[in-house]
Amino acid sequence: MIARSPFEGYGQVIYPLFFATVAFFVFRAGDSPRSLVYASLGAAVMGMWSATSTTAGGAMQRERWHGTLELLVGTPAHFALVLLPITLAMATIGIYSLGATLLYGRFLFGIELEVVHPLQFGIAILGTVLSFGALGFVFAVTFVRFRAAWALGNLFEYPVWLIGGFLVPLVLLPHWVQPISWVLAPTWGMNAIREAAAGGAPLDDLLMCLGLGALYVGLGILLTERILRSARVNAALQLS
Amino acid sequence: MAVVEALDLHRTYRTHTGTIRRRAKEIEAVKGVSFEIQQGELFGLLGPNGAGKTTTIKMLITLLIPTSGSARVLGYDVVKDAREVRKRIGYVFGGERGVYERLSGYDNLRYFAELYGVPPKIQKQRIDELLELVGLKGREHERTEGYSRGMKQRLHVARGLLHDPEVLFLDEPTIGLDPVGARELRSTIASLTQAGKTILLTTHYMFEADALCDRIAVISQGKIVSEGTPGQLKSRVESGNVTEVEVYGVPDETVERLRGLEGVLAVWVEEREQTQVLSVQTRADVQLTAAILGHLNGTNVGRVSHREPTLEDAYVALVTEE
Repeated sequence: MIARSPFEGYGQVIYPLFFATVAFFVFRAGDSPRSLVYASLGAAVMGMWSATSTTAGGAMQRERWHGTLELLVGTPAHFALVLLPITLAMATIGIYSLGATLLYGRFLFGIELEVVHPLQFGIAILGTVLSFGALGFVFAVTFVRFRAAWALGNLFEYPVWLIGGFLVPLVLLPHWVQPISWVLAPTWGMNAIREAAAGGAPLDDLLMCLGLGALYVGLGILLTERILRSARVNAALQLS
Repeated sequence: MAVVEALDLHRTYRTHTGTIRRRAKEIEAVKGVSFEIQQGELFGLLGPNGAGKTTTIKMLITLLIPTSGSARVLGYDVVKDAREVRKRIGYVFGGERGVYERLSGYDNLRYFAELYGVPPKIQKQRIDELLELVGLKGREHERTEGYSRGMKQRLHVARGLLHDPEVLFLDEPTIGLDPVGARELRSTIASLTQAGKTILLTTHYMFEADALCDRIAVISQGKIVSEGTPGQLKSRVESGNVTEVEVYGVPDETVERLRGLEGVLAVWVEEREQTQVLSVQTRADVQLTAAILGHLNGTNVGRVSHREPTLEDAYVALVTEE
């Protein structure tokens, strides 16, 4: 449905320009080509995450406004299987953001992105997208019960940029932040992408990313029935 | 075994008022509703706005959990066996909402066909048949944002029938439709019962319930106030007369005094634009016009007329009784 509107599509391409510009100007001060590549990839994943976090909540809110949330809950399909494809689809739209950011980096800021392991790079991006979709799924499940919870999607947009290590290296953050970043699949996805680009070993990071993503999906499925029951008790489904 | 069984259903909503000092408020929308619907029956739940019809139907279709009481559809409990119930029922809320506006009618139906587990091999044929049934053939590939209200309503009906459910719940399906559209939809609903489906229809139109339903339950302020066939409800009003008096502001005490008169069966007041119409239903063997006008002494009175009672009078009397 989002794909049916050209304006929504342009947003995914234009919005990342702002992430990219901020990141590049910050890192350009360091005058290191590696820093700029670091920034380029970080900004790209920032765009992907923003596409997921804001649209996961927006998707449920849109269902409420359309009056279709009750219709979805009232089908015999397991609601988790209705939600998960929606958030995965939102996450894949973030690939437009990633592509746009890397192109801006190349043509506006002259950053040459050399990918040493292109296949692993592609798999790392795919794995990160899946993990974003899984995290968005957990958010979306809670949004079914609390109609104001869509704002949480926006609230988590910027913290994940920092805690996931997209914008600044994790070692620069306070020690107490690091355990939080370890349980975030995006952190590992970001590492895997950077490792694959730089010619390192992305496999461990990728496995952690996918493992945490699977955990989120399991958590979301367990939460779904409980949250739906709460929504039915509290008549939250019919609210718009 | 009854196809639909509602046993002492209660449903209370909790809301909050105020912004800084929030106070909880409880509204009891359904206060002990019980009924049964047999196989192949078209059962009407008739009542005014706010009577509890939609709340009752949402409990039966598993979207709301009753505060107390229980309900079963085709033997499955609506709380414990919700998924089993959902596989076997269809429901139609009607109205402008409930469609994905940027998708075509066909794509809307395809999406819900997937969610209802309609086998892919028969999806296309089933959707085509339903589009034909509801009269949307030829418009199915247009975005629903361009559909009229009547077209959206018909799309809702098609969506409710995608998986060929045994039981159908229709919540005011003709509301907001023009008379021609409403008549066509009623004809479609009648054909569904002929096809063997069991239907629960909620409406606030007496003539619709009378025309379509095998049995009617009248619901008012969360309670069933009367239940029977249209014929049985009509027999409550076959005898007697209705005196209608146009008034301009009749006090509640006057209405209560009239209710207490010997020979008066029911009294109700309808608001019209500039006036009210006071209707007094009386037994056939009494003549109370003078007494009625005597009690209205001091109230401005316009036209006075007499007529025979209709089924609508029975309905209005039932739903306006305290």
